[in-house]
Amino acid sequence: MTATRNHVSVTSEGVAPARGESGYMAAAFTPKMLAGAFGLVAVVVLAGEAWAQLNSGAGQAGIMTTLWKWTPLILFGPKGEFGGFVLNIVVSFLAMAIGTISGLVLGLGLISKFGPVRSVAWAITQFFRNSPWLVLLFFVMLLTPFQIRILGLSIPLPAWLKATVGLALPIMANIAEIVRGAVNSIPTGQWESAESLAFSRLQTLWRIILPQCVKRMIPPWMNWYAILTMATPLISIVGVNDAMTLTQDALASEQRTDLLMPMYALLLLFFFVYCYPIARWTIRLERKYAVRI
Amino acid sequence: MTNAWTPDQPIVSIKDVHKSFGPIEVLKGVSFNVRKGEVVCIIGPSGSGKSTLLRCINALVPIEKGSITVEGQEVHDAALDKLELRKKVGMVFQSYNLFPHKTALENVMMAPIHVLKRPREEVEAQARRLIKKVRLEGKEDAYPGELSGGQQQRVAIARSLAMNPDIMLFDEVTAALDPETVKEVLVTIRELAEEGMTCMLVTHEMGFAREVGDHIYFTDRGIIVEHGPPATFFSNASDPRTRAFLSQIL
Repeated sequence: MTATRNHVSVTSEGVAPARGESGYMAAAFTPKMLAGAFGLVAVVVLAGEAWAQLNSGAGQAGIMTTLWKWTPLILFGPKGEFGGFVLNIVVSFLAMAIGTISGLVLGLGLISKFGPVRSVAWAITQFFRNSPWLVLLFFVMLLTPFQIRILGLSIPLPAWLKATVGLALPIMANIAEIVRGAVNSIPTGQWESAESLAFSRLQTLWRIILPQCVKRMIPPWMNWYAILTMATPLISIVGVNDAMTLTQDALASEQRTDLLMPMYALLLLFFFVYCYPIARWTIRLERKYAVRI
Repeated sequence: MTNAWTPDQPIVSIKDVHKSFGPIEVLKGVSFNVRKGEVVCIIGPSGSGKSTLLRCINALVPIEKGSITVEGQEVHDAALDKLELRKKVGMVFQSYNLFPHKTALENVMMAPIHVLKRPREEVEAQARRLIKKVRLEGKEDAYPGELSGGQQQRVAIARSLAMNPDIMLFDEVTAALDPETVKEVLVTIRELAEEGMTCMLVTHEMGFAREVGDHIYFTDRGIIVEHGPPATFFSNASDPRTRAFLSQIL
């Protein structure tokens, strides 16, 4: 695993040969950090093994064996059902997509020339940026029905979908702020020259301003994606079979206190392995775009 | 000011224009006319309202009082179609303001394609001619970041010309350039003037104003202090403020 990660970062360094220093940093840093994470898990597991050998007699499976046994369930959910770590990832993708599209619209509302639109957009943004995610999640779960009826057809709304919407709301508000900030960071000369070439405001935004914003928005956008992914275990509280719920289920069925630490460490590792490369990549892009605007 | 020079058919007519930014009155009643094909140079110390005046002409900046007409159309009018006005009035800025995510050629092509909705092939042919005209053949695919200041400014001129404007406004277009590159931009502007383009320049290049300008206006603290054709303006300035300014500059 370590070797694989090392390989990936070396390859991406090859993509951007001009950034020798940052590439070197990433290449040197990544395996070290990963080794640290694996070391942590190893220590926890070994400590658990030692504890287990001290406390339990024969007839109990080893910790590694037990972890291995539960890994497919925690990663992919129960057979034939949608769940596990995969569900966390799907929820993070969907919530990010919904949040990005609605956040873009909301962000354009924030810079609208029309006062009332700006005020409404501002209120929505502030409300969702300053609300605890868990409370928002409950709010959406309880507000939306179990199913909706369209033309006599009842379509069930699964809990995970509602949870996705709940997580998309704070993302939307934060993306809106990113959009507003990026648009405002474009020099006014760009607006002036577009105006003097008879571009309308909408054309200016779409063809001239927003394309220049994309670069500036990608690093903070990715940062929010990582934050969102790490927040997805929140949905376990509202009864969704995500990796967190399944880890707790596994622990409940094993009834072994010596498994507590290793099991949660395993879950942490899943998230770490997924989120850490995103964080590294974000830092690299930030550096890259900071050099030439 | 009151004995303003009167042309036969003013393409731009400015009458008693007032403009304030907050408590600061930048233009305090400016009036003059510009004939078609004329090259007008506006000179004066910084903060005298020169750039603001240019920006009022293509409605980038609204005026509070007075009247500006471009080809007989009132600019100081809430119902004005600003976009229609700006199709007729090209503007080049001190800081070039090229679109950094587009190549030189794309910068020139964008407005005719998206604003005028002209066919791409025709626009591209014209854009290539314009790039050649400003002596940047071979730089079509360069991004603004890869061009020098003088080259960027010439692309900006080509970009404005691609709209086939009737009037060109130049707002201190050489002020950000180093002395060697100033010349290449001035040569381009002079060629335009010789072709009969109506040009209004805010400039600190006195030599250029004297050589190319048909009429010089000297502004100070929001009013036109003195004006006249270059020959008389530069040698026989009567107002003490003009003389003081010219003695510092020349």
